[in-house]
Amino acid sequence: MSGATLHPRLQEIVDDFNAVPDKDRLQLLLEFSQDLPALPDRYAAHRDLLEPVPECQTPLFLAVEVEPDETVRLFFEAPPEAPTTRGFAAILHTGLDGLDADEVLATPAEFSSQLGLQDLVSPLRLRGMAAMLARIKRQVRDKRQVRG
Amino acid sequence: MALPYDSAPKFAEYAHPEMIVSTEWVAGHLDDPGLVVAESDEDVLLYETGHVPGAVKLDWHTELNDPVTRDYVDGAGFARLMSEKGIARDTTLVLYGDKNNWWAAYALWVCSLFGHPDLRLMDGGRAKWIAEGRPVSTDTPKRPQADYPVVDRDDTHLRAFKDQVLAHLGKPLIDVRSPGEYSGELLHMPDYPQEGALRGGHIPGAKSVPWARAAAPDATFKPRAELEAIYAGEAGLTPEDDVVVYCRIGERSSHTWFVLHHLLGYPRVRNYDGSWTEWGNSVRVPITRGTSP
Repeated sequence: MSGATLHPRLQEIVDDFNAVPDKDRLQLLLEFSQDLPALPDRYAAHRDLLEPVPECQTPLFLAVEVEPDETVRLFFEAPPEAPTTRGFAAILHTGLDGLDADEVLATPAEFSSQLGLQDLVSPLRLRGMAAMLARIKRQVRDKRQVRG
Repeated sequence: MALPYDSAPKFAEYAHPEMIVSTEWVAGHLDDPGLVVAESDEDVLLYETGHVPGAVKLDWHTELNDPVTRDYVDGAGFARLMSEKGIARDTTLVLYGDKNNWWAAYALWVCSLFGHPDLRLMDGGRAKWIAEGRPVSTDTPKRPQADYPVVDRDDTHLRAFKDQVLAHLGKPLIDVRSPGEYSGELLHMPDYPQEGALRGGHIPGAKSVPWARAAAPDATFKPRAELEAIYAGEAGLTPEDDVVVYCRIGERSSHTWFVLHHLLGYPRVRNYDGSWTEWGNSVRVPITRGTSP
């Protein structure tokens, strides 16, 4: 454990997952997967703007925007036959979209291990979520730098 | 109380037609007593989004593996798992799943280590069932608990371990990974970097026959004559051979194991489930790089 504290929005998700018994935890992940917002038109029409995340076992694409006031916006796309990947993406969307860049960058890398999903999902599958977070943080850093 | 076999002409050509059924056969037998259909997927939530009505979920990662040691469950663990799913020793167990039945074939292979008498794979898997517009259900079936006996796992005939593969060098080995993984250009399967290895290449002498060569575009297995042309013709395998197949963790090679052992009827085919995630991370095992065996 890094000892880093989670942003309250992420903490709320962690608490929700840990408040329910094992069986319902998968159901909760499924509900997240169903709530992943669709891509806005500007990305749907320009898929080349999306970054592939090959660490996920199924195709996942993401885009990160940092607005002038440092607000981070996240966009994801994953096919319906990949509900676990969609669920991971939706957790990150719910937890991080709209936070400011410093808050996103402060998210502990091992956040995904706090959801109580290791035994239900397998550590191998969970690595996909850690990879998504790492790529989001890298894009946030890159985009900030570009702006100077 | 085994169910009748699927008498489709395509299956009759295979060496063991009793090991495979069509989606149509499954649709026609869903309510038969003595049948359990089980879905095994790469995506752990896919079953929850909708499955063959009445099918149970059987997860390779979280249920068939030992949670601590890199190994499968033991006889007691398997008996407990089967009993919970409502599967008895005399149940006809039909497996299907996503990704061309990789994980379904893997689950079938694990069940074979326990000698479950009546195992069958649904040709074309989940994708074909859905493409045909067949019904799916999100209801979790409530099957009565069964009383599956404790049967010791027998790893001798169908499974190969690293030391056995070292002693096997010079005999037929089939590498079913992608060409880039075989040659050593890639340290992992395309799109699966988390299952990597420290060294790239293949086991010396292994011939490259990617698993997908056995599959038709609709995820079904190719007819026997086409499979013979690939494995007997191109790869030169004969029924007398002692064959070991491998990939990176054993799921794609289970697909090829099923083809060689059950569809073509080669009696001695073992799956090396340690595969490249073991071999490519092991100290001082021989490795060949490049496109030649």
